[in-house]
Amino acid sequence: MDLKFTDATAHEDERDAVDRLIGEAHSGWYGGERDATDHRMSYGGHQARSERHLVLEALHAVNDRVGWISPGALNYIGRRLSVPPADVYSVATFYALFSTAPRPKRIVHVCTDVACEALGAKGVCDTLQARLGPPGAASGWKHSPCLGVCERAPAAMAVEAGDPVVEHVIAPTTADDVVQALEVGPATLAAEASPTMAVPQAGDEGLILLRRVGRVDPESIDDYIAHDGYQALDRALEMGPQAVVQEVIASGLMGRGGAAFPTGRKWEATAGQPAQPHYLVCNADESEPGTFKDRAILEGDPFSLIEAMTIAAYATGAVRGYIYLRGEYPRSYRLLHNALHAARKRGYLGADILGTGWSFDLEIRRGAGAYICGEETAIFNSIEGYRGEPRTKPPFPVEVGLFGKPTVVNNVETLVNVLPIMELGGAAYAQIGTEQSTGPKLFCISGNLVRPGVYEVPFGSTLGEMIELAGGVPEGRTLQAILLGGAAGSFVRGDELDIH
Amino acid sequence: MTATHERTPVEMGMPVRLVTLSVDGQEVSVPEGSTLLDACTAVGEDIPTLCYGDTLTPKNACRVCMVEVEGSRVLVPSCSRKVTENVVVRTDTERVRHSRRLVLELLGSSVDLSTTPHVEEWMAEYAADPGRFGPPAPEDLHRDVHEPGEHHAGDGSVAETMEQPDKVDNDLYVRDYSKCILCYKCVDACGTQWQNTFAIQVAGRGFESQISTEFNVELPESACVYCGNCIEVCPTGALSFKSEYDMRAEGTWNEDEQTQTTTLCTFCGVGCNLTLHVQDNTIVKVSSPHDHSVGHGNLCIKGRFGFQHVQNR
Repeated sequence: MDLKFTDATAHEDERDAVDRLIGEAHSGWYGGERDATDHRMSYGGHQARSERHLVLEALHAVNDRVGWISPGALNYIGRRLSVPPADVYSVATFYALFSTAPRPKRIVHVCTDVACEALGAKGVCDTLQARLGPPGAASGWKHSPCLGVCERAPAAMAVEAGDPVVEHVIAPTTADDVVQALEVGPATLAAEASPTMAVPQAGDEGLILLRRVGRVDPESIDDYIAHDGYQALDRALEMGPQAVVQEVIASGLMGRGGAAFPTGRKWEATAGQPAQPHYLVCNADESEPGTFKDRAILEGDPFSLIEAMTIAAYATGAVRGYIYLRGEYPRSYRLLHNALHAARKRGYLGADILGTGWSFDLEIRRGAGAYICGEETAIFNSIEGYRGEPRTKPPFPVEVGLFGKPTVVNNVETLVNVLPIMELGGAAYAQIGTEQSTGPKLFCISGNLVRPGVYEVPFGSTLGEMIELAGGVPEGRTLQAILLGGAAGSFVRGDELDIH
Repeated sequence: MTATHERTPVEMGMPVRLVTLSVDGQEVSVPEGSTLLDACTAVGEDIPTLCYGDTLTPKNACRVCMVEVEGSRVLVPSCSRKVTENVVVRTDTERVRHSRRLVLELLGSSVDLSTTPHVEEWMAEYAADPGRFGPPAPEDLHRDVHEPGEHHAGDGSVAETMEQPDKVDNDLYVRDYSKCILCYKCVDACGTQWQNTFAIQVAGRGFESQISTEFNVELPESACVYCGNCIEVCPTGALSFKSEYDMRAEGTWNEDEQTQTTTLCTFCGVGCNLTLHVQDNTIVKVSSPHDHSVGHGNLCIKGRFGFQHVQNR
């Protein structure tokens, strides 16, 4: 495209970060050196503009390498992907993890959201303010919305830009940890607590969704298979796509991302769309303050999500899947990345899956700090390289979704429920929970409790039962108030415990 | 030539089916593909709109045109929702009025709506009280610094505003974003919907959002080609001709004394129509009829701003 850029040029580091993602520039038309032949040939058009979806990834690449996005880097991304610089800027300034102003390589995001606030985040911030000065680029620390490690509050995420970038979640954090991350580097901090920490029930008999957490090595596909992994996929491939959809309908499974839409109906509607291709998107952008249930699965049993997505894609005729993962989950990213690689190598993903002739592949797209990107249509915009703003509905994703094509969007927890549905059958699954709300449910309990964490209980449990599961409040303290849900949730008093 | 639109060519489309629906108890039939807003207008309902543009794809940003549709859990934006057979629409229920009142109050408290047409009538009609959030916050000199995720919680003593210095960086038009409601119309007109120049976009997030060039460079550094099609669609006067801006500052701008004359642009052979706004025998602004089949309200720099030679006396 004939775009106008300012004269700012990218440094070698910035160019290299982008080139490593999208390859070298072959001509002046793609941001490379302009030579004599460029003037005689025209590239671009739809081909060049079809790369817009790489904008967010390219911004990540630069921000990871340098720590911020300079005018030169922004221009280079725009030239390479044929995106106007004002558009790249509009995307870069949308996400909290990016900076378009110069800042040091080391930055610590200190969570000040509800669970962390209840466990001393304010004290941490006050100390940091006194020792380092006010939050911002000069001091290196900044306030952050919920980082999703509420069971180990108060939390912080330290980032040191470089090649490779170092991202380290500190939880629980102290002001000393933050100062150490800034002055010596996040790599010197103690290793993060095991993912099993988030699941106090880990290892208990009778768990369904969390049964493998703590028992299985999240990095090993062999261990996953040894713990009954990929049996649900085998079952689904035997049944055929329509039968899978019918089982999910029979199970009564409803979306666990918040809207509680019947999953089977969503799958059926998408599968029947004549427009091609179909896409599958996993919403792993849980950003609601106090929510970390998806992380417990992503870090404790990452292969289960990949298996569930493979089944979902098979049932809905999707050719490609995207896991939209929030940028604040670096460990989930590493584990998922490893799991995808292993699954592909074993033939569970890619061309001709398990010799069936059916092909499907998955990729991870990282968010960059935006609560709104948990909204299903905002995810589409974010993946496509636009600002993560919700779209107008209708049309709904089942008709016009990612890249304008029929798309199924399901939350992580919703997807992993598909495994027991395949294994038990829809009717047997529907026996769990209540008549209206079937199946097991994950609840995140955090704050001043003895054992905060993710708990699996059937629908129908009371608030009091769950607080009891979490060990109640510490000795000598009384329960004063409970926030149900996150930012838009409501508070109840400490004596209103029989709520279902 | 006078400003009659009857002489413009009429484009004949395919014949369309009529859809019948009910608006405030009145039955109305409109062509398939029409919006609820079209249907409401057809029965004489006056629905307020801000982000709606007759030449643009609806963005559903401002939320003032919301109506109640039977069977819908939430209010729906009438400017974008297409009519369906037998749908029952209500435009004046307490729920609709409450929603419009709140939207007008929030916009009125944060944005300078002094040059937005009709807004005074709407405020009165819906009994909106934008002042109830407190006195407006003073001018912010750092609105173009974007730190998404970093919240600056106020103390409640003032109402947050878009107040900021006007952007006067060229001789042709001025950007006064204190008057901006972030309706995206200028962005869409500059982008794929008309001009394909892509000089501006929305930068930042949430209340800190702002229409901006890349890194807030001044317009002469940006991709702007001064077609002025953003001014044409701006609903609040945030974008205005430098001539209008200067006259308003001097206190000489007076629309009651202006005449509008639609004529043919003589710069090239395309045939765009210009509407010359004349005050005291001087051209003070140029617009273009949106229903003209050549330009649909769009012009280039020459048609929009190339009128000085006419008045070199």
